[in-house]
Amino acid sequence: MTFDVNAFLIILTGTLIAISCGLLGSFLILRNMAMIGDAISHAVLPGIVLAFFFSGQREGIAIIIGAGLLGILATIIIDYLSNKVKLQNDASIGVTFTWLFAIGIILITVFAGQIDLDQDCVLYGEIAYIPLDLIVTENNTILGPRVLWIAVINVILVLLYVGFMYKELKLTSFDRQFAQTIGFSTSFINLSLMGMVSYTTVSSFEAVGAILVLALLVVPPATAYLLTKKLKPMLLLTILIGFLTSLIGYYLAYFIDGSIAGAMASVSGLFLLVAIVYVTLQKRTSRKPIAMPTELKA
Amino acid sequence: MEDFVYFFSFQDPNVAMVVAGITLLSISAAMVGTFTFLDKKALLGDAISHAVLPGVCLAFMFAGSKNPYWIVLGAFITGAISTYAIEWISNSTKLKEDTVIAAVLSVFFGIGILLLTQLQQTGDAALSGLDHFLFGNAISIVYEDLMVYGILALLVIICILVFYKEFKLIIFNPSFAESVGLPVKRLKLLFNTLLVMAVVTGIQAIGVVLMAALLITPPAAARFWSNRLHVILMLAVLFAVLSGIAGAFISFAVPHMPTGPWVVMAISFIAFASFFFAGKKGILSKWYNQRNYQQKIHRDHILKSLFQALEKNSKTLEKDEIMEYFPGKEKLTRTYISKLEQENKIELEGEKLKLTPSGLVEAKRVVRLHRLWELYLAQYLNLAPDHVHDMAEKMEHLLTPELEAKLDASLDYPTQDPHHSKIPRDNDL
Repeated sequence: MTFDVNAFLIILTGTLIAISCGLLGSFLILRNMAMIGDAISHAVLPGIVLAFFFSGQREGIAIIIGAGLLGILATIIIDYLSNKVKLQNDASIGVTFTWLFAIGIILITVFAGQIDLDQDCVLYGEIAYIPLDLIVTENNTILGPRVLWIAVINVILVLLYVGFMYKELKLTSFDRQFAQTIGFSTSFINLSLMGMVSYTTVSSFEAVGAILVLALLVVPPATAYLLTKKLKPMLLLTILIGFLTSLIGYYLAYFIDGSIAGAMASVSGLFLLVAIVYVTLQKRTSRKPIAMPTELKA
Repeated sequence: MEDFVYFFSFQDPNVAMVVAGITLLSISAAMVGTFTFLDKKALLGDAISHAVLPGVCLAFMFAGSKNPYWIVLGAFITGAISTYAIEWISNSTKLKEDTVIAAVLSVFFGIGILLLTQLQQTGDAALSGLDHFLFGNAISIVYEDLMVYGILALLVIICILVFYKEFKLIIFNPSFAESVGLPVKRLKLLFNTLLVMAVVTGIQAIGVVLMAALLITPPAAARFWSNRLHVILMLAVLFAVLSGIAGAFISFAVPHMPTGPWVVMAISFIAFASFFFAGKKGILSKWYNQRNYQQKIHRDHILKSLFQALEKNSKTLEKDEIMEYFPGKEKLTRTYISKLEQENKIELEGEKLKLTPSGLVEAKRVVRLHRLWELYLAQYLNLAPDHVHDMAEKMEHLLTPELEAKLDASLDYPTQDPHHSKIPRDNDL
């Protein structure tokens, strides 16, 4: 196979997005908040559409702010419903995000023709068109694909966030009460994580769509979580799986001529399946000799 | 308006068919959803509804056209696999259930999208309306669809009614169900099958992305109106049918408008209205009760301060003195003083406050309850006399006349509290 610049750009963008999502997703699943990730990835839609409509442009800070606000609003509504209204937690999540997502879809249909956004883009993004959409400066220098730059900025910010907040995130994820006791503001850390998840969702939205972001948020970290017991290896493994997902996903989509984002989600699922099978088999073979004496004692 | 009359007079047989279909599927979704909601598995429905997409696409590839039998079969198979996968993975690995649900949901949906886009590349998927399975299009329901989806929905409804008692038992008290010899495992399997079927019936009218809302939101809304299962069930069905028909009407009246989002808008509206305005559990009535209670406390405290002044032999109390008892609550205190005056519990003599005879009775009661409770804590719980005041501060507003009588009797009608203050009686001075 010869070196294909387009393929390289798409895989690179996919990898960067998978890394941003995976790093944040690791903390989500450690905090048992995977479905909050689902809720946020659906709920940012109306923010994107409205910001798009009012600012009239696809790129730019307006969309990120609009969607970020909606993401945080969604977590606040969920929190309000389950703590103040006393609706059970899973239903609070379900009610909130389906409602916000429905608003988003209705807005897209109402504004159809006025904005360059459609239902397909919402569902699976347009990562395949990345190489066509270039940033060109005034003196005609081509700076490379716009969406790639967005992904680069996103991944830098996520790395900075995780780097600076590593201790806080780790402690609040594993021992919330202890973290509170020694004076960490758990609600601030939580809200900042939700803010980063919302921002990453939006930033990845154009490339992979609102729903498949969830696959990148949850599946590679879940795979890594099964294979290791320490946080740092888990994060590194997540990054590796993110890269492989992007690479193999691209060629799968290429060969069966389908959506790259869909293929990436499918491949990440395959990795998870392999990890599950591996772990269960290992448990079965290692269990017998160790488990016997403790059972006898009991 | 014309649309409205045309739609709801059902003169068009197609409209009648659409309404019949959406009614049936709303009923079956709400019924199944109520049980999953009460079983705290609401998000399982979300996962299944996303997971039927690959099945729909595979059926389309297999049959080569939009054949409802194949589509229902395909959707059912991948939906069932996802349910089974979620259960298996959360039981056999250390992954938490919500992580598993999110992972299965997104991976199945990803596979579905991959297949869907592949079909779209090859040509006629969009033309034949495969897109409608994403966000729903109730108006596209034709006779053949109605027969397939309607009968499936009817089957779900009948099964739920037949096994109503059993399902109720395995959700509220699974260990008891097992002990009375119910085949819990098989019933759970049956229930999961019905859950997948209920999702499948909705895919054409509501769409796979938002079908979960029809399972989750109606029971969530209904739960705020009642604590009884059969009432919740009926209300959930009512809410779901209303919003289903509303959604169908809007996508009928506005061209190119998908049905699913509007059904969700309608049901969410009902849900939020229930959260705020429902009888006893709504936010508004909770807020109102809380405020009433706080008002009663403040009122009691003003009366009490006047009575304590009386005990120190001053029949009146300066308004400013009372204000000082409640720092930071000057405005509230002023309101209550004028309220108490209107109720003829206190009299104002210039700037001095005085209890009226009926105010005195009430003030005595508050103080009596406080001191009785202190005595009770000291005598029966052996608490030190200097530890009982704070708890009595709370109880003095809560004790009912019946409890007061019992308390009094069990303490043998005492005259003094642990601090040797007199317990005031109605027939004292």
